[in-house]
Order: sequence, then C-alpha cells, then structure tokens
Amino acid sequence: MTIVGTGQAGTLESSDILITVSPAESGSGIILQLISPVIKQYGRHIEEFIKNLAREQGVSDVTIHANDRGALDCTIEARVLTAIARSKVKAV
Amino acid sequence: MEKLRRAMMFVPGNNPGMLQNAGIYKADTVIFDVEDSVLISEKDAARQLVHNVIKTVKYPCEVAVRINHITTPYGKEDLAVILPAKPDLIRLPKAETAEEIKIIDEIISEAEEKNGFAHGSIKMMAAIETAKGLMKAYEICSASPRMVALALGAEDFLADLKTTRSAHGSELFGARSQIILAARAAGVQAIDTVFSNVNDDEAFIAETTRIKEMGFDGKSVINPRQIKMLYKIFAPTEKEIDLAERVLAAYAEAQAKNSGVIALNGKMIDVPVVTRAERVIGYARALGLRKGGSTND
Repeated sequence: MTIVGTGQAGTLESSDILITVSPAESGSGIILQLISPVIKQYGRHIEEFIKNLAREQGVSDVTIHANDRGALDCTIEARVLTAIARSKVKAV
Repeated sequence: MEKLRRAMMFVPGNNPGMLQNAGIYKADTVIFDVEDSVLISEKDAARQLVHNVIKTVKYPCEVAVRINHITTPYGKEDLAVILPAKPDLIRLPKAETAEEIKIIDEIISEAEEKNGFAHGSIKMMAAIETAKGLMKAYEICSASPRMVALALGAEDFLADLKTTRSAHGSELFGARSQIILAARAAGVQAIDTVFSNVNDDEAFIAETTRIKEMGFDGKSVINPRQIKMLYKIFAPTEKEIDLAERVLAAYAEAQAKNSGVIALNGKMIDVPVVTRAERVIGYARALGLRKGGSTND
C-alpha cells in the first residue's frame, strides 16, 4: 500500500493527538516526527506504537507527524487509523 | 430487579479526554454520541475512537452509543465499526417507525454472530424526536426484544411541534405522557429528555421532580453536575425503604408458606405493591442506602 495524499486526524486538545500522514520518497520507509510533553517518559513507546500501526496497515514510504497531547494508546491507534484511511491509501 | 437507568449521560464521541473519564461520574449509563455532537467531517474519526475506547477502558456502568439515524449515510457505518467493540446498548435517535428498529436489530444479530457475542446481549433503545415518531411510540418499543427503553428528545421534538421550551414544561406534557404510556405498555423503561441549561439548578430540580412523579425511570443528562441532583430526587425516603423491606419480607414469607393472600399491618399486598417495593429497594441499593447486590450491574 502507498499513501497518495495527506490525511489528518485528531486535535491538539488535552488527551488527544494530531496525526498527519503524507507520502514520502520511494524507499524511505516510515519517517516519524513526534512532539509530546511526555517524550522523555514514553517517547520510544509512542514511536514504536505508531510505526507498528502503520506497518500493520501495510503502509510504507510515509511521513507521519504526531503532535501528542497526552493521548492513551487507544486514542493514538484511533487517530493513526483514521489519518491513514483519510490519506486515500491505494493498493499498488 | 431491572437495571437502573436514572442518569444516562451523553459524552461527545470525538473527545478522547471526556470519553476516557466518563466512568468516574457514577452515571448509570454513559452514552457515547457519534450523532449531533460530532461534525459530519469527523464521523469517521469519532466512530473509530469510540470503538477503541470501548474496547480498552473498563467502565463501571452501562455503555451506550448514540448512532446516526439508520437512513443517513452514517448510521450503518457507525454500527459496522462500533458493534465489534460490544457496547451494551445502541440508542437510535429520531425513531419514527418499527421498521427502523427491526433493521438495526438484524444488523446487531449479524454482528453478534460474527463476533461470537451471546445473542441478544447488545440492547437497544430509541428516542422519540418527532410527532410522527410519537404516534408510533408503542410499535417502536415493541419492535424488538432488544428494546429496553424509550426516550424523549425534546429539542427536535419541539421544533417539529413549532413551539419552544418553557419553564413550566406544558409544551412537553403530551409527549411525556404518551412516552410513559407506550413504554409501560411495551414493558420498557421511559427516559426523559436533557435539561440543557446546566447553570439553572433550580429549574433542573423542578423538571426532574416533575418527570419522576410522572413515572419516568430516568433522564438523559449532558453534564456530570446534574447526576448528583438527579439521584437525590430519585432517592427513596427512609420511611419508603422501611415499608418496602417489610413488604418484601411479608411477600417472601407468604411464598415460603405457599400462601396466596399476603397482608402487612392488616393491608393486603398484591403484585403491584411488591413491584413498587422492589423498585424502591433497587434505588436504595444503588445509592448505598441499603446493603445488597446493586441492580446496576
């Protein structure tokens, strides 16, 4: 699967996360940029969690920008899945 | 004893903070809303979020989801995404026909089978929000064995009636009366509409007292602040609890003796008196005024 457009989901409200996915150059894999108030405590976990979700969705060559406001994993997952669905994923 | 649904609290379905904390306010039911509180452009995000939250967070109360109407472009997709998370209850807004209830019933049955849930484990309720719906209230309540409650949605209903809400509430008297009658005739609970002005406690208390007297089982609420006031109004007095306990004890004793006639202090006790006593004890237990299993499990 490849990302063909930009998809965004979530908000910058407390307990939410704003996820933006957009196409990246071929061969670049999953590029993740994370901003989070808990980056020192949970940064690695959040990054791995988001990358795994993208992999499970079969997405590659994608830039994911995540602006976290203290979201739980269930919220992160919901926003990532919605952002990917909105980015007009299409089979290659 | 039947499940208590005194306070059914609406929670916007696209707000993670509110969703994850919804269980702490002691509402009998939380209703995650993917209908009116969610923008059309956010329906997909809200239903995915509600699905994930239901699957992850353990709530100490009943979890309902208000879906979009089944005839909108969103209703069926709401069910497709949310049912696999197994909510306890689906609330249909703007119900107008028994057919709508039957369609949702079938969709739920399919989802229960597909996901390995017990048949009939996901319940339903409907809200009457139009004059047309009110005319079909009994048929709507009776359309499926999943139906457990009928609610009034006053704002849309009054717009349909071409009137507005007043302090005395006479504009809703007819609808409330018919909803109570339809719900009782069908054997389901009756839930009153929300009171939107969260800063007017006095009017909220007056309205809640009125609907309790009419026979409603509970009320939809939009703010946690209203729950405590509501429970106070629905709380039985010590005298009522004491009488209810004596009625139930006399009934149990008569049953043990296979006695057909039951009397307490010279007064005959019949089935409606026992039912009323069970209801009083149910409220008392839910409020911790008496020990015993909560009816709110």
